[in-house]
Amino acid sequence: MSSCPDGWVTVSSRSLVKGLTRALLFGAAMGFGVQAFAQAAYPGVGRTATPPEVAAWDIDVRPDFKGLPAGAGSVAKGMEVWEAKCASCHGIFGESNEVFSPVAGGTTAQDMKTGRVARLTDSSFPGRTTLMKMSSVSTLWDYINRAMPWNAPKSLTVEEVYAVTAYVLNLGRVLPDSFVLSNHNIAEVQALLPNRNGMTTDHGLWPGKGLGNGGKPDVRPVACMSNCGPEPKVASFLPDFARNNHGNLAEQQRMVGPQRGADTTRPAPITAAAAVAAATAATVAPRPAAAGAGGGGAGGGGGGTAALALATRHACTACHGVENRIVGPSFKEIATKYAGRVDAEAYLASKIKGGGQGVWGTIPMPAQSLPDNEAKALAAWLVAGAKK
Amino acid sequence: MKQQDPPSGRLIKAPENFIHGDGVRAVFREAHAGRRDFVRGAFAAALAGAATTAAPLAMAQANPAPAGGGDPNILELPAHTRGLGQPVVTDGYGKPSQYEANVQRRQSPGLTQTTQASVSFAPLQSLFGIVTPSGLHFERHHQGWWDIDPSKHRLMLNGSDEKMLKKPMVFSVDEIMRLPSVSRFHFIECGANTGMEWGNVAVPTCQYTHGMLSCCEFTGVPLKILLDMAGCDYKRGRYLLAEGADGSSMTRTIPMELVESGEVFVAYGQNGEMLRPENGYPLRLVVPGVQGVSWVKYLRRIEVGDQPYGAKDEVMHYIDLMPDGRHRQYSSTQEVKSVVTTPSGGQVLLDQGYYQISGLAWSGRGKVRRVDVSVDGGRNWKTARLQGPVMDKCLTRFTLDWAWNGKPALVMSRATDDTGQVQPNYRQLRAVRGSRSIYHNNAIQSWLVQESGEVKNVQLS
Repeated sequence: MSSCPDGWVTVSSRSLVKGLTRALLFGAAMGFGVQAFAQAAYPGVGRTATPPEVAAWDIDVRPDFKGLPAGAGSVAKGMEVWEAKCASCHGIFGESNEVFSPVAGGTTAQDMKTGRVARLTDSSFPGRTTLMKMSSVSTLWDYINRAMPWNAPKSLTVEEVYAVTAYVLNLGRVLPDSFVLSNHNIAEVQALLPNRNGMTTDHGLWPGKGLGNGGKPDVRPVACMSNCGPEPKVASFLPDFARNNHGNLAEQQRMVGPQRGADTTRPAPITAAAAVAAATAATVAPRPAAAGAGGGGAGGGGGGTAALALATRHACTACHGVENRIVGPSFKEIATKYAGRVDAEAYLASKIKGGGQGVWGTIPMPAQSLPDNEAKALAAWLVAGAKK
Repeated sequence: MKQQDPPSGRLIKAPENFIHGDGVRAVFREAHAGRRDFVRGAFAAALAGAATTAAPLAMAQANPAPAGGGDPNILELPAHTRGLGQPVVTDGYGKPSQYEANVQRRQSPGLTQTTQASVSFAPLQSLFGIVTPSGLHFERHHQGWWDIDPSKHRLMLNGSDEKMLKKPMVFSVDEIMRLPSVSRFHFIECGANTGMEWGNVAVPTCQYTHGMLSCCEFTGVPLKILLDMAGCDYKRGRYLLAEGADGSSMTRTIPMELVESGEVFVAYGQNGEMLRPENGYPLRLVVPGVQGVSWVKYLRRIEVGDQPYGAKDEVMHYIDLMPDGRHRQYSSTQEVKSVVTTPSGGQVLLDQGYYQISGLAWSGRGKVRRVDVSVDGGRNWKTARLQGPVMDKCLTRFTLDWAWNGKPALVMSRATDDTGQVQPNYRQLRAVRGSRSIYHNNAIQSWLVQESGEVKNVQLS
């Protein structure tokens, strides 16, 4: 033992646990700080977080409203914020604008009484809105505060978070137009949520003791080995028209091995000879371009110009397609509209940076935070015709 | 008895067999000069010719010796056998062969409206063994991915009240990497993996049905060590909140039991190198057996608390809709599941004869005990070989010998884990959970091998 260098640490994590337990008892008896013992095992690693550091990051709000900052915001103010910062993705009325799932809808006054959304038992109802699912209002506040707006999270003031939370509930007719939501009345609002009683933890999928049924599975099949019934019948498969929906599958399988990918640009072949010929012809040539691009979306193509990559990185493509409208106009439409304008490049760069409303419709485009040179590069690409 | 060559059903006649040797050399020359279109055209022409002159499929011998003395690939030494190859460090970080360009992560068209709150699927159909190469690991981002400077990243531990930890702490990445580490292989599966298939067949290949699944060796510090250092009150603190540093600042509630067992760790390593940025560089939480959303990426904060947190992905999403209109909340464990990856949807078997059926099995409750395989739609089953190692909450590779006779076959696999839980079929699963759950679909997958050799994703009644 004398050969051990100074500071030799011999605790394994298991003995550390035992040691800590002893230290707890001993420390309590002697009035020592417990962490001094635990830290002694790893001297020089880690430090105490300062109160301002904890305050800067500890932003979570629990269902019992622990962590909720004091403040208030009105439905009216919420509408203002919503239309400026939220509607571009979620729609003026929370109907989603085809970008994200609808926020409001599908709940009734009766649901507010029962705390269960009746529509959730209706399998023909298309989709589920946020308010149909939401069982705790703290979650809505917390999420808007931590992650919204999508392209500028954590930029809202406390008042704005209260206001937008109130406005979302107003869209779902849970709160009246005149309502002012605050830390004093939020617990009463919780008692109005249409799906507040709609959750269950009676299941076996929580790997702890505090929730759930202790891990008991709900589906308990037996592993039959022979003559298991019933006679198998194919009940569902992709229709022929969807054959190529995920791109050419021939380009999505390895080019060597027991099989190739099916050439889905053509109808399904009847004979093995035709299937094999099509699959091998489609995959035999290497595609170094795709490998170089190193990524790619559906069909493995990916790539495109640097400008398009820039547009993707700055989330422009969330609202603008190259050829198609999403929330805003397509890049091609913009290119066409400003084709003849002398100062088109400078104008478009300023619109990208500053946002705008009214040129292409009522839905505003929010101001974008990107470096000037990148805004200019995007503008130049648009002026040049927005080529892929 | 006459000795026969073993069948070699996995070998396909190279298209070069159908063109003259001079043509082959021309193709290589042109290919070397980068003229891919020429190559593709030449091969397509060769195949068209072959279809009229030769029977392209022979059951007995898939790789016959050609007339004229032998295979030109053997008789005529290729450039790489006769020339000088490339030097070391042509590429300081090597890449796969150009012939592997089809093996890519992919999006499922129409699944998500944006590319930042989206998913890419791992190409399970092209992977061997159990390890997912880091660059093919599936992606799920809630608000886009970042490449964070590790010198500026911090991990904070705090409590839901002042007494939960003796002291809140801050660690730099340097400090986390100084502490005692573990390296363990675990699968990570998105709770919504196979979610598109709850009601009916929706996607064609196992990349899309099961590709929100990956398995890596992760290296990091057991969270228990960090919480011990901070003097955690384990009696009151039965829940953790894990929080990310990205724009979404993803949060999830995790049970303290998984920390106390030593299973949960703060990882920085992935397959021998640092985590990839898409997978949370420089720190992510590893929560073995639990759905991927809890493996918080860009991990910046752990809060110890006495109540679950009702995070967005525990209230709005990652809740399982049951037939009675209730949602299951805090559903976390990924139950026993398996999928055959060879043969699988979208593939074409090139010949009749021998194939190795191969696939993956896993369970969030422990080890895979057994995998059974059926080729007749579940009427009869055979127990597959488990390719070692078989590890806890980790992918396990299984294989089974099979000779395809050219007739339609319904290929499926059924895993049993070491708690005795058996993977259900769709009928059994839907009888309890309906078909609108989105999450936690662990049903048996069926692939129909058609007479043409093309394999189709099907569900049975």
